Amino acid sequence: MNDDKFEKDFETTGHSWDGIEEYNKPLPRWWVWVFYLTIIWAIGYSIAYPAWPMLQRATPGLLAFSTRAEVAAEIAAVDEANAAINAQLVATELTEISANVELNTYAANAGRAVFLTWCAQCHGSGAAGAKGYPNLLDDDWLWGGDIQAVHESVSYGIRNEQSDMARWSEMPAFGEILEATEIDQVVNYVMSLSGDPKDASLVDAGAVVFADNCSACHADDATGDRFQGAPNLKDAIWLFGGDFDTLKATVTDSRFGVMPAWEGRLSQAEIRAVSAYVHQLGGGE
Amino acid sequence: MSNSETPPSLYAAREPVFPKRVSGSFRNLKWGLMIFTLGIYYLTPWVRWDRGPNLPDQAVLIDLAHRRFFFFWIEIWPHEFYFIAGLLIMAGLGLFLFTSALGRVWCGYACPQTVWTDLYILVERWIEGDRNARLRLHRQKKLDFRKARLRVTKWIAWLLIGLATGGAWVFYFADAPTLLVDLFTGNAHPVAYSTLLVLTTTTFLFGGFFREQVCIYACPWPRIQAAMMDEDTLTVAYREWRGEPRGRGKKREGLGDCIDCNACVNVCPMGIDIRDGQQMECTTCALCIDACDEIMAKVGKPRGLVDYLALSDEPNERAGKPPKNVWKHVFRPRTILYTTLWSLVGFGLIFALFIRADIDMTVAPVRNPTFVTLSDGSIRNTYDVRLRNKNGEDRPFHLSITGDLALRIQLEGTANETVSVPPDSTKLQRVYIVATKTSEAAANETTDVRIWVEDTASGERAFVDTIFNGRAN
Repeated sequence: MNDDKFEKDFETTGHSWDGIEEYNKPLPRWWVWVFYLTIIWAIGYSIAYPAWPMLQRATPGLLAFSTRAEVAAEIAAVDEANAAINAQLVATELTEISANVELNTYAANAGRAVFLTWCAQCHGSGAAGAKGYPNLLDDDWLWGGDIQAVHESVSYGIRNEQSDMARWSEMPAFGEILEATEIDQVVNYVMSLSGDPKDASLVDAGAVVFADNCSACHADDATGDRFQGAPNLKDAIWLFGGDFDTLKATVTDSRFGVMPAWEGRLSQAEIRAVSAYVHQLGGGE
Repeated sequence: MSNSETPPSLYAAREPVFPKRVSGSFRNLKWGLMIFTLGIYYLTPWVRWDRGPNLPDQAVLIDLAHRRFFFFWIEIWPHEFYFIAGLLIMAGLGLFLFTSALGRVWCGYACPQTVWTDLYILVERWIEGDRNARLRLHRQKKLDFRKARLRVTKWIAWLLIGLATGGAWVFYFADAPTLLVDLFTGNAHPVAYSTLLVLTTTTFLFGGFFREQVCIYACPWPRIQAAMMDEDTLTVAYREWRGEPRGRGKKREGLGDCIDCNACVNVCPMGIDIRDGQQMECTTCALCIDACDEIMAKVGKPRGLVDYLALSDEPNERAGKPPKNVWKHVFRPRTILYTTLWSLVGFGLIFALFIRADIDMTVAPVRNPTFVTLSDGSIRNTYDVRLRNKNGEDRPFHLSITGDLALRIQLEGTANETVSVPPDSTKLQRVYIVATKTSEAAANETTDVRIWVEDTASGERAFVDTIFNGRAN
């Protein structure tokens, strides 16, 4: 080939790898002009957009561009776009939401967002709850599981000082009322209702203690009373735990959870959306 | 130039290229390919295809808003993107195959940059004349009326082609007749206008001004191709052993066949001399073959001084022996391997296309929490099931399970196990599977479950295997 011709035309960089050399060809001139253009562009850009760091903050730029303002505008735009369906959500009877496919889809998705933002801290991102925080997936409800009851719980909360409408009840600490042996008896009785007691010989005596002290709230058949938020003791679900030690602690010292009121903090549409979401997690009545 | 006292300039101005008109078999082939490829590009969006009342009637449509890709009788949903990936793999393997067999045949014949540049050069020649006229116009410093008129006419023609090019592109993404009206009445989406603007500009600049520089400076393919080529690859080359020493004049004693007429250089759209050997700039457009053949016919020499050659034939030809048969160059392990791989992917895609059902679902087991204990002690698992109805009308989907008999299926929001899915869309359905308290499934760690979906209207079925988590989990 014409190797000589090339060597005459171009210099090499002087590097050689296994005899392969690298040409030192010039850049195209327009390429350099593009490079200068980017510098000019950068100067204009730094004038038009926030760029130069100052003592307090960066220069704002002539176009008044701000990512925060953009986010705010986007949120406002979404709020505006959702205004109509939010109004519809507020105007619709709670029990009628699920009949409207579009409204229900919106409520479930919006409700999920509300739930993950405000509720997940206690009830968990999967709504499975934790010890002392009710599992919202199961079919057991302390204060009622139809959508109106859920809506009321979300709106006013449980045992809080914020809302006059908050649901309220208190279990006495039976450690000051009952003898230790009586507590052992009643705990064994309660365990026998849904499973095996620790000491079967105490169950009969426990039934008497239960009838005298507990049935007023938990009902004669121990199925609880949703009006007072008294748990059903016959089912397989325990808020704090169903083993002997936990139950004994519960009876001795009493326990009750607190939930904040969301009315006033969340919009009516948000409260209705999250109620619809929770109602559709599998336990809704 | 190796004098280090005066270092060469770091920058070089572009050498303008004025390709001369040429005729011959390769030129004709390229005209044909240009009409074919541009025809496909410009006309495809206008082909209609009836899909029924609920679906678009455009044969090829990329519906980004609804996330559907329509290709004649095929409809691709986002979860079937592997078809596109498969086609891209086939395109890649096809490129490897063609490059290893025929060199940069893609670059020279089918690359949009080549095809549009070719079209732009054709328009340039119609308006400004052939090479010599264009050279004169270029060298004429004074901007008189004639030069201004020719330049402006040419640029307007280029811009119109660019506009048509960008226009054709956006028609692939919306109903073409509607969009055409919208574009003219100002009602089209801003994205359509900005796409149109960008593509018009880039076509105008790339086809009119950047031309060969896109291939040389911007395109990675010329750099990659070297790995695909070997000594059996057919590529455009100069029979140096036959042509050299080159020389002009009637006295041919001691001279080769090359009469140094520069015809091959003058027609080259890349502005190179093929006689310098294989070089990165050469896109193997084969126009120099046509140009040289024409000259060789005139001087009474056999054709093929510049021709498609394989490197491995050089020793044979130098020794005066005939070159290997073309097919022996083409069929070699490498190209057979590429063809096999290409076919395998192709058959796989066709197979996947035919076994595709019109109903489909994906099952995402909810694992937060893994299971829920219900009041009566039974164990419940939740699954987010996405049901897909690819039909043009509403379909009732019935869900059921096979496997452990102790398991029951329930659907959120409905008492029965059938839900209606709207046409050409999906429905996310929360599905529960419950195991009674005393069942094995409730006690075990995991139990295999098969969820069936049946279109009760057509009887079509599909299933997904998943797992049920018990208390031991």
